[in-house]
Amino acid sequence: MSAEILVLVEHRDGAVLDTTHELLGRARTLAAASGGEAVAVLLGSGAAGLAAGLGAARAIVVDDPGLESFSPSAYQAALVPLVRERQPVIVLISNSGPGMDVAAGLSAALDLPLAAYATDVTMDAQGPLVSSQLYAGKIEAKVRFSGGRGIVTVIAGSFSGDSTAAGGSPAVEVVGAAATDERIRFVGLIRPAAGDVDITRESVLVSVGRGIGEQDNLELVEALAAALGGAVSSSRPIADLGWLPRTRQVGKSGLKVKPKAYLALGISGAPEHLEGMRGAELIIAVNSDPRAPIFSVAHYGAVADLLDVVPALTARLGG
Amino acid sequence: MEYVVLLKQVPDLAEDLAIDGDGTGIDREWLSFVASEWDEYALEEALHLRDATGGSVTCLALGVESGDVSELLATCLARGADRVGKVGSFEHGPDSHAAAAAFAEALRGIPHDLVLTGVQAIDDLDGQVGPLVATRLDLPHVSVVTHIAVADGGGAVTVHQEYAGGVVGEFEVMLPAVLGVQTSREAPRYAPVSRVRQLMKTATIEALDGGGGGGGGGSGSGLVIESMAVPTVGRAAEMITGNPAAIADRIAAILAERGIGSGAAR
Ligand SMILES: Cc1cc2nc3c(=O)[nH]c(=O)nc-3n(C[C@H](O)[C@H](O)[C@H](O)COP(=O)(O)OP(=O)(O)OC[C@H]3O[C@@H](n4cnc5c(N)ncnc54)[C@H](O)[C@@H]3O)c2cc1C
Repeated sequence: MSAEILVLVEHRDGAVLDTTHELLGRARTLAAASGGEAVAVLLGSGAAGLAAGLGAARAIVVDDPGLESFSPSAYQAALVPLVRERQPVIVLISNSGPGMDVAAGLSAALDLPLAAYATDVTMDAQGPLVSSQLYAGKIEAKVRFSGGRGIVTVIAGSFSGDSTAAGGSPAVEVVGAAATDERIRFVGLIRPAAGDVDITRESVLVSVGRGIGEQDNLELVEALAAALGGAVSSSRPIADLGWLPRTRQVGKSGLKVKPKAYLALGISGAPEHLEGMRGAELIIAVNSDPRAPIFSVAHYGAVADLLDVVPALTARLGG
Repeated sequence: MEYVVLLKQVPDLAEDLAIDGDGTGIDREWLSFVASEWDEYALEEALHLRDATGGSVTCLALGVESGDVSELLATCLARGADRVGKVGSFEHGPDSHAAAAAFAEALRGIPHDLVLTGVQAIDDLDGQVGPLVATRLDLPHVSVVTHIAVADGGGAVTVHQEYAGGVVGEFEVMLPAVLGVQTSREAPRYAPVSRVRQLMKTATIEALDGGGGGGGGGSGSGLVIESMAVPTVGRAAEMITGNPAAIADRIAAILAERGIGSGAAR
């Protein structure tokens, strides 16, 4: 077993994603604690240039035309032999779509345990210790790997990502892909059309979730947003239902927002939602469930029916 | 085209979860179960695809004693699935690795062009079942799929994998393949309760071998759960109490302190 902490680099459109920098920051801390090394693994075609900006001791660049863009099958084919050979103590992967594909694929192919939905990873005398969020954030589990080594998929925003400078330029090693698998072919990226409102630029967001109950109730929050000089945003199910445009969705697959004030109304606070709004300056949550995980990130909370509170608040604001 | 959907039940989050005596699992005594939301999207997609291409939809769930798997499978039939099967026999819902081992074993005996399952479930601590099953069967897999169209005369599917900010990656995937479904083109269709009840009495639920649960090396997750806890929610939040009017007053005051509302410009 080596004391390497491997980080899978996620990049898109020629840029490394923030979540990768978050993982590298933690990998360096873990490496320092265990006397090991933080190693970034970057898969791509002619993408070695991206490696210089990675905060790791070492970067392994797997260079192959088949890795030009992410493909679950191509990534897995290239990664399985690499991880098998290097025997890292931890493989850190972001809990993204590509991350889920790769992490579970590696786990099954290499018979290496996987801890998903992680919000923390530390190392002590007994080896890695992972904290994971289960049941949409309602349960926290602490787990270890039976053989002392494993894969962790980490929820975005769990570690601070602004420590990239600390790493400096890694020693870069470029290798070819040991294997390829073209059963999944990348066709292209599709970008959403610009929305009517750019929620990332609003200073006040009145955000609604499934607790709104019916589409007609949206009028109530529109009125509140107007009274506050803000805009209405939502959790994913509201966009899935088509009640609001997708461009109003906050979270993992929506937008990341940092308004001055974020009112979370009838939003449970699933990890995928929190990813997008936990950085707001002020978070006020109204939810009928006293154990809703949203209350663990909110600055102020009220256990109440939003259909009662919202009209009262709008009236109070003179809306 | 032969579609297979893998489904499971999960604890209903509308009810409070508690930790068991060991402190390493959730207390199962009073749990009520519901179908895993994302598995329902997978079924809905399978039904649409079958209606477009012809073929059949087979729904599989593990034979778990807690919860009501027969009801889950009868609901699948009521919604339009062609066949349903219970795989293996388990006292409780097993971890994802054991579930994947059993599903993979069952799939070896069932024709499948496209296997659909939910992208994730709220309890899969050891990873998502879709890619675990796929890897065991050496099939390609894509997670977080929001769009599926059959291409290449049934030899492939075009799918969208969703990224942040609503950006999607489009992929062409050779069949057979496994997809982790994030959302369906339409909300999961309604199955009348009376029809489900009737089907629970009359329908045939095939029993399929899951390889004895522990079958084949590496079917365990390799995770050791040290502890589980209900996080102390609200430790950061200042809770506002009172009737709705009092809550509204307090929220308005908090906002006003920051120059928000009360006529303040944005
Ligand atoms: C890959 C992936 C990406 C995802 N991306 C996102 C994303 O970008 N954004 C996102 O939001 N989700 C995302 N999700 C979905 C996420 O997992 C949750 O399902 C979702 O956030 C739940 O939305 P919700 O809080 O509105 O609904 P629920 O979880 O159903 O919560 C509704 C809440 O409303 C409360 N409530 C009910 N009635 C009332 C009332 N009258 N008054 C007050 N409160 C009430 C309930 O107590 C409950 O807490 C993603 C999931 C996956 C798998």
